[in-house]
Amino acid sequence: MTVILGQTFTGISIGAVLLLIALGLSLTFGQMNVINMAHGEFIMAGAYTTYVLQKSISGAGVSLLVALPVAFLVAGALGALLEWVLIRRLYLRPLDTLLVTWGVSLMLQQLARDIFGAPNVQTRAPDWLTGNITVIGGDDPLTFANSRLFILALAVAAVVALSLALRLTSLGRRIRGVVQNRDLAEVSGISTSRVDRTTFFLGSGLAGVAGVALTLVGPIGPTMGTNIIIDAFLVIVVGGIGQLKGTVIVAFALGVMQSVLEYSTTVSVAKVLVLVAIVAFLQWRPQGLYTLRTRSLV
Amino acid sequence: MTLPTLFKDPSARAWTGVGAAAVALFAVAPLALSDFRLGLLAKYLCTAMVAVGICLAWGRGGLLTLGQGVFFGLGGYAMAMHLKIADAGPGNLPDFMQLYGTATELPWWWRPFGNPLFALAATVLLPMAVAAILGSFIFRRRVKGAYFAILSQALAAAFAIWLIGQQATTGGTNGLTDIQGFFGYDLDDPVNQRMVYFVIAAVLLLLIVLVRQLMHSRYGELLVAVRDSEERVRFLGYDPANVKLVAYVVAAGTAGLAGALFVPAVGIISPAMIGIVPSIEFVIGAAVGGRASLAGAVLGAIGVAWAKTALSEEFPAAWTYFQGLLFIVALAFLPGGLVSLAGIVRRRRASHGSGDAGGNMDGGRDGDAGGRADGDTVGNAGEEKAPAVPLGGAV
Repeated sequence: MTVILGQTFTGISIGAVLLLIALGLSLTFGQMNVINMAHGEFIMAGAYTTYVLQKSISGAGVSLLVALPVAFLVAGALGALLEWVLIRRLYLRPLDTLLVTWGVSLMLQQLARDIFGAPNVQTRAPDWLTGNITVIGGDDPLTFANSRLFILALAVAAVVALSLALRLTSLGRRIRGVVQNRDLAEVSGISTSRVDRTTFFLGSGLAGVAGVALTLVGPIGPTMGTNIIIDAFLVIVVGGIGQLKGTVIVAFALGVMQSVLEYSTTVSVAKVLVLVAIVAFLQWRPQGLYTLRTRSLV
Repeated sequence: MTLPTLFKDPSARAWTGVGAAAVALFAVAPLALSDFRLGLLAKYLCTAMVAVGICLAWGRGGLLTLGQGVFFGLGGYAMAMHLKIADAGPGNLPDFMQLYGTATELPWWWRPFGNPLFALAATVLLPMAVAAILGSFIFRRRVKGAYFAILSQALAAAFAIWLIGQQATTGGTNGLTDIQGFFGYDLDDPVNQRMVYFVIAAVLLLLIVLVRQLMHSRYGELLVAVRDSEERVRFLGYDPANVKLVAYVVAAGTAGLAGALFVPAVGIISPAMIGIVPSIEFVIGAAVGGRASLAGAVLGAIGVAWAKTALSEEFPAAWTYFQGLLFIVALAFLPGGLVSLAGIVRRRRASHGSGDAGGNMDGGRDGDAGGRADGDTVGNAGEEKAPAVPLGGAV
């Protein structure tokens, strides 16, 4: 019993990482219909930012907390730059954007290899994140790792902050307006190109935060983003575009499913089963779990 | 027929191109290249076969399949399984199974591949069947555009991970290696390597001719129509799902055949050749040459594969940067590919004469696929907001 609970908790923490990554993607994909393959490399940028900060700041706890805003800014700046240089020229060709940003991600990976070397590097987790919390004691204990609880808290905080920002701030209103009807937003006096760039900054910045979180559970390497980005895209596809709740529900659902299936079969079989489940789910809800209802045909 | 009229007639132009390619592949290349280089060319031609399918599915149908590696792998593994069984001889297990020592007899799903006819048929039919099942699920529910691309990519990831996990029966990360014979011929013999090259060249030419005929049939027109405006095609009474399904299945078949012929040419098939990265590399060749033009896609695929060997041997880091740049430049600034350059230059000249910049929509209709790549909106299925300006004009 505790094994199943433990696996579920692991799944929830996998889901939290997926959620942090998918939040940013859901912003950019939802608003601009842009598939940013370089999102994974923004995660990598966030992770390496943590690594560099830990080298220059001695305390692991302080450097982690400093890394959160710094990684947000670094990855966000990279995203805004990418939007300004390439993506804004490609808004009418979403499929081409996918391949163009793949090219960007290849170059960023190689850049990381040239700067930090091809082997993976590690950061040290601060002391207050290394232990476990024992939920059920006794012979068959159920423990939650502190680092995973921290990631979960980070993901929840990011969701709350983002949904409040979207609901309450004027930037959030503009973003929602552009997502719902770009042309109408444009004729109402919203500078959609400026909103696009801000959204891209926010979405990429969230990837940087996800990168900081990932340093707590795994090594940092040039290809760390590629391995996880596909799963995050699947979260978007299944969750539906334009609303956060689909992303949140599906991220946790996929995380738990992957973790529980891994336990009952093997890692590789679990991957295949999850994909089959997704294709089956799309038979039922081809537009994803939640969608904006519009009258357009496409 | 005089020479100028010959080059105006699209069909004559296409046949001239195929003839020239046949001369180059069967006469020039074997004489000019060493055995080693000819072996490399055989490998590139396999990539070009995949590009033929991508040209149909993506260039003409707007289906960005980032999972062609799956079909390439299915064909390759089907062929390699047969060759491994044949290498081992009757009653023996393939070498890697003996090495891992878990199995005492062939797994049940290996056994049919001992039959050469079954294995040969499976190299093409297995990928087509998988594509048909998956495609009918995806297209019927109108999952399209980016969603389709992501699903196809996830498929490639899942397949590669699954293969790696089945160490005892698929060779895991190593794949199926060290293949000695090809239907009784010893692959170490250079003469037989040459024979494999000729088989590959012949199959590639045959595929080009077949797919070209398909593109220029009624079906081909319908496919382009679905790419450019799926809803209108539906209102006209066609089912776009079936149209897309055919293109996807044919593309899967060509990739399967390519994988099957890749195995005797290179002697190995492994998950590293079919995952996410190789799958997306299949696409870049077609994109650089010209996704909607068969000649462009094939030459682009061969060119990029050649550049990869030439550059990555000496400067592996430089190759990665170059490859990234290729993606960016080819797709952001030259979506019609290299073949569209001629049309762009021609239109520039024409517009300088008439003072009507970018308004010449007929530029793309002057003949074969090469002309069409820059005339129509490319790869933009379901995007109603696409401007009615030739994409080449944006350069």
